[in-house]
Amino acid sequence: MRPVAALALAVLAAAAPAGAADGAPAPARAREILALLRQDCGACHGIRLTGGLGPALTPGALRAKPSEGLVATIVSGRAGTPMPPWRDFLSESEARWLVARLLAGDADAPR
Amino acid sequence: MRRASVRAAAAIALAGAAVFAHAQALRGTGDLGIVVERAAGRVQVVDTTARASLATIDGLGDLSHASAVFSRDGRYAYVFGRDGGLTKVDLLAQRIERRVIQAGNSIGGAISQDGRVVAAQNYVPGGVKLFDAATLELLSDLRAPAGPDGKPSKVVGLADAPGGRFVAALFDANALWLIDAADPRAPRTTAFADAGRQPYDGLVTPDGRWYVAGLFGEDGVALLDLWHPERGVRRILDRYGRGDEKLPVYKMPHLRGWAVAAGYAYLPAVGRHEVLVVDTRDWREAARVPVAGQPVFVIARPDARQVWVNFAFPDSGKVQVIDTETRTVVRTLEPGRAVLHLEFTPRGEAVWISARDDHKVVVYDTATLAPVATLAADSPSGIFFTARAARMGF
Repeated sequence: MRPVAALALAVLAAAAPAGAADGAPAPARAREILALLRQDCGACHGIRLTGGLGPALTPGALRAKPSEGLVATIVSGRAGTPMPPWRDFLSESEARWLVARLLAGDADAPR
Repeated sequence: MRRASVRAAAAIALAGAAVFAHAQALRGTGDLGIVVERAAGRVQVVDTTARASLATIDGLGDLSHASAVFSRDGRYAYVFGRDGGLTKVDLLAQRIERRVIQAGNSIGGAISQDGRVVAAQNYVPGGVKLFDAATLELLSDLRAPAGPDGKPSKVVGLADAPGGRFVAALFDANALWLIDAADPRAPRTTAFADAGRQPYDGLVTPDGRWYVAGLFGEDGVALLDLWHPERGVRRILDRYGRGDEKLPVYKMPHLRGWAVAAGYAYLPAVGRHEVLVVDTRDWREAARVPVAGQPVFVIARPDARQVWVNFAFPDSGKVQVIDTETRTVVRTLEPGRAVLHLEFTPRGEAVWISARDDHKVVVYDTATLAPVATLAADSPSGIFFTARAARMGF
């Protein structure tokens, strides 16, 4: 499972050099970020991203929201809610990449 | 000749016993438990005497943030899954006895004082459902009062209380909820409004008298006297909370493990790297113990001499042991990556610790603080032993 997922990411990265130029993280870092998404974001948003104390992060739930706002929420948190800022652990370009993956419904974490 | 035939008969009997051992072996349930494999939707049935896994049971759905309560005979675990699944697992037959999908998004549950009613607390739709513990038949469906968005509030901190009652906190409605389920088909609810902003979890003290809810949206703790609910909710510990400098909280602390040791409660601070010590006689803060990260579970060894603490991301690889006599950290352990939960054996000679990202459960001797066994498990999270069956609020 793990090598296959890593390979798939490596292939994706190789096939999309434009993505890399847009700030797509290296494959190993991408794996880390997606694991963080499922496991740590998942503590509130659900391991399947279907929501919990925090809202769902499925494409359907996010579609109506401007993606810059989603990036800002990840980086800076959201006052008045439990959503913390993740800037110490994710760069803005990584957050942007993550939002794109979420909106595309393509945020499967390697296990 | 005669002896030989006796031997032959014995051999046949033994072979038969081996074949049917699974079905026929008599055993109690007091040293059994489950380990949740959160990503795989499975639970392991474990034996805390043998320090071994007895079986793996598949098909429990989404077990991220799963929790479990036990029938009072310790035979059945009721496992609450994130996807709203409520699964009754037979620890002796090592199979799923029944399973229902009871909500869209669930977070946990409780079992009544008499063991006849299982209550599930739900996020979507926000409310509590009561089930017959034997059949999982739905007995009643209580919709929570609405939060500011007009939707029923998410329910957190559901616990059983003496007198056939349940208590819960309403995250979006800033309220506590007392449910008299003496008649589970016609429960009576009392809402305590303005209990505090965003209660995020709650617990019933080991003596069954107090319900305590931590607040996320402001400093302080909501306290309800279950002997005198008519007196309403009191606010205590006005310095408990995130304080003026709102530190980011990467994981909500869990209060169910709130340790009460020798008259003092040990509470996870919210956002701060501290464990608070509170005198339960007057509910005033007595001390703060600096720790290695944001505490998630703060759990007393059953004899209350030690309190064990695990931490939120990014300090989740550590576990610290606090000596309750000196109120200092006496040992920092590193059981593995992403420690999610810990559970003491019934009398506390050992503690089982799940390390999600190292796919193992490590058992520590609580006297020597040394690891004594390791069990493989796929992304283990919650560990629940049947001794919970006999504890109020569990």
